Amino acid sequence: MVDTTMNDKIFNVSMSPHIRDNESISKIMWTVIIALTPAALFGAFNFGYRVLMVLLIGMGSAVLFEYLTQKIRKKAITIRDGSACLTGLLLAMCLPPTIPFYMPAVGSFIAIVIAKHAMGGLGFNIFNPAHIGRAALMISWPVAMTTWSKMTTGVDVVSTATPLNILKQQGYQKLIETFGSAPDMYQALFLGTRNGSIGETSTVLLLLGGCFLIYKKYINWQVPVVMVGTVGILTWVFGPAGLFTGDPLFHMMAGGLIIGAFFMATDMVTIPITIKGQVIFALGAGILTVLIRLKGGYPEGVCYSILLMNSITPLIDRFVQPVRFGLRGEAK
Amino acid sequence: MIKSFRGGVHPKDSKFYTAGKPIETAPLPEVAVIPMRQHIGAASIPIVKKGDLVKKGQVIGEADGFVSSNVHASISGQVIDVGSHPHPIFGKCEAVVISSDGKDEWLEGLPLTRNWEELEAAQLLKIISDAGIVGMGGATFPTHVKSTVQKDKHVDLLVLNAAECEPYLTADHRMMLEEGPRIVAGVRIAMKVLGVEKCLIGIEDNKKDAIEEMTTAFAGLPVDVVALPTKYPQGAEKMLINAVSGRIIPSGGLPMDVGVVVQNVGTVAAICDAVTRGIPLIQRVTTVSGGSIKAPKNIRVRIGTSFREAIDFCDGFLTRPEKIIMGGPMMGMAEPNIDIPIIKGVSGILAIAKGEANTGKEASCIRCGRCVNACPMGLNPSMLSILSERGLYEEAREDYGLFDCAECGSCVFACPAKRNIVQYVKFSKAQNAAAKLKENRG
Repeated sequence: MVDTTMNDKIFNVSMSPHIRDNESISKIMWTVIIALTPAALFGAFNFGYRVLMVLLIGMGSAVLFEYLTQKIRKKAITIRDGSACLTGLLLAMCLPPTIPFYMPAVGSFIAIVIAKHAMGGLGFNIFNPAHIGRAALMISWPVAMTTWSKMTTGVDVVSTATPLNILKQQGYQKLIETFGSAPDMYQALFLGTRNGSIGETSTVLLLLGGCFLIYKKYINWQVPVVMVGTVGILTWVFGPAGLFTGDPLFHMMAGGLIIGAFFMATDMVTIPITIKGQVIFALGAGILTVLIRLKGGYPEGVCYSILLMNSITPLIDRFVQPVRFGLRGEAK
Repeated sequence: MIKSFRGGVHPKDSKFYTAGKPIETAPLPEVAVIPMRQHIGAASIPIVKKGDLVKKGQVIGEADGFVSSNVHASISGQVIDVGSHPHPIFGKCEAVVISSDGKDEWLEGLPLTRNWEELEAAQLLKIISDAGIVGMGGATFPTHVKSTVQKDKHVDLLVLNAAECEPYLTADHRMMLEEGPRIVAGVRIAMKVLGVEKCLIGIEDNKKDAIEEMTTAFAGLPVDVVALPTKYPQGAEKMLINAVSGRIIPSGGLPMDVGVVVQNVGTVAAICDAVTRGIPLIQRVTTVSGGSIKAPKNIRVRIGTSFREAIDFCDGFLTRPEKIIMGGPMMGMAEPNIDIPIIKGVSGILAIAKGEANTGKEASCIRCGRCVNACPMGLNPSMLSILSERGLYEEAREDYGLFDCAECGSCVFACPAKRNIVQYVKFSKAQNAAAKLKENRG
């Protein structure tokens, strides 16, 4: 027993509240990494074990660059919080499986050093670091970033183009032919046995991870639902053969939409802080994605649409604030 | 329909330590240190001097103006000092120190027997004022001030705050179980003072027995017990009024703006004592709890007893506490040591063990929005903390409702980055107040 006569030290007098929830930044980040793992591992199964190397280089270099940056800036080392590792993983998952090994490292450098730490570090970056890294690679090595491998598991799919590429260049009929039939195509898109970036292919595993994060309350369901829904509705309305002739199911599962909507458009640092603001963000990202896919020069637009919406996040936050208790809508 | 409010958080209520423990009377203090500031408003003026003999219930500090309160001797004995002494909120404060003669003698004529129903509202108010009664939930606003309806206001509802939403605290809970008649009388007197016909009692549904007890006790009276979901800060004035009556206090407003006055369970019990028996506020029920307390208890203790004596009555510490808290863990105040007196607003004495506190290193905001979802006032705590960090105090006030913040701590509880948002808010408020002062002078 410790009696009350001890008076060796005064007690801790920090400000209230004196109890806290046991959530932490590292818990959130590592949970997101866990949620991404099945889809990432499926990438290795789908494209060969080479991509494991790509993923490891992406994560490892991101952590290394974070460590070096913080060391040089004489800041506290925060590599254990998982945020750099997560950025590296997300970046690598959005790269083609055939990417040369040095490129994920270059992408991580841009993501971590320029997009994150030059902005002030975790919490201050305006743009999603992983997407900035990917965009930089896309501009620097457009060929390497659009060269797709043959899949190791594809039953009779030997195309070396992504479904969105085929759609862009050869049209919807050719796309169906490539997969055999429409149901076959949907199945391939859903399961992930199709060409594309390492971690973006398996709709089902990404949905699983996304639902896990929604269940853990780390992301709001409104964001992916609105973004994917917007893409679905708009691609259906503005179909190739006139109004209401599109294939929403294809567009919702193709490309990087699912991984983007569940894991990038929900990156808390770079999206609005209120749910209402997040819905506006998701709506805008969905519209821009469709615009780029249907009218733009690129086959895929998820990455750029999210980056564009990141840039107006402060503006959304400025105008979409929570409703204050007792304000009755009168002048503030 | 479940009545509640938007936002809020669900901390572990930790009431199991003391919820089942009947109130015990703590021994008399050897020496009672009775501060002259135990209420919001002007400090009382001591009217005794060193060497004087005082009796229990005797006025030793007189209210200085309307927004102030009398202070009474809590034990009989000799005044051994009038001067600066440790205080749980102000660090140091003028206090009257009484050395007990062990006799615990009442001032002549106390306690008396009085039929309150024969008294007018004004007379009742005078008794409450003289008895030095203040809000005993912790805010310590003088009760007679709160019960005086301003000319331009109309009050039609009394709300009894029995939510006790702070974790650990069970003093109000036990009083409702054990002292129903005092509470009933206190509520009826408070209603007469205000001239209202209706009272609503808000109790969180983690106190089912108290809900039953109060429903029975108030049967036949125009008083309804409202079961509220267990969610912090259910007992915050604006949230409570909204939950039980649906009324919304406008930003910057007071309960009286929507015709409501809120009283706490301990306060109405004190009103009953003062009016029916002439006993001023010289003791209170408080919860001594937390993982570091060996035998947590609900105790009835004299004002001026030291935290140390109260903790010793609960068999001392089990382990070295991480923090000593006056009040609840969400809004209470951390104390550097335990040689401080229990004052009228001490609703709990907590010794929080390491691990219960769950602190952590503060990081920068990752904009996760948990604080926004938790804030019952609909503010953006993330923004308030960042504006404070950057010195933009005026913007915080003008554009982000700084002064709406009740400092309930829900945002800090929810924050994964462990940001001390309440601290930032308090600082911003102080900076705004200082700027205003300067402006008025300049």
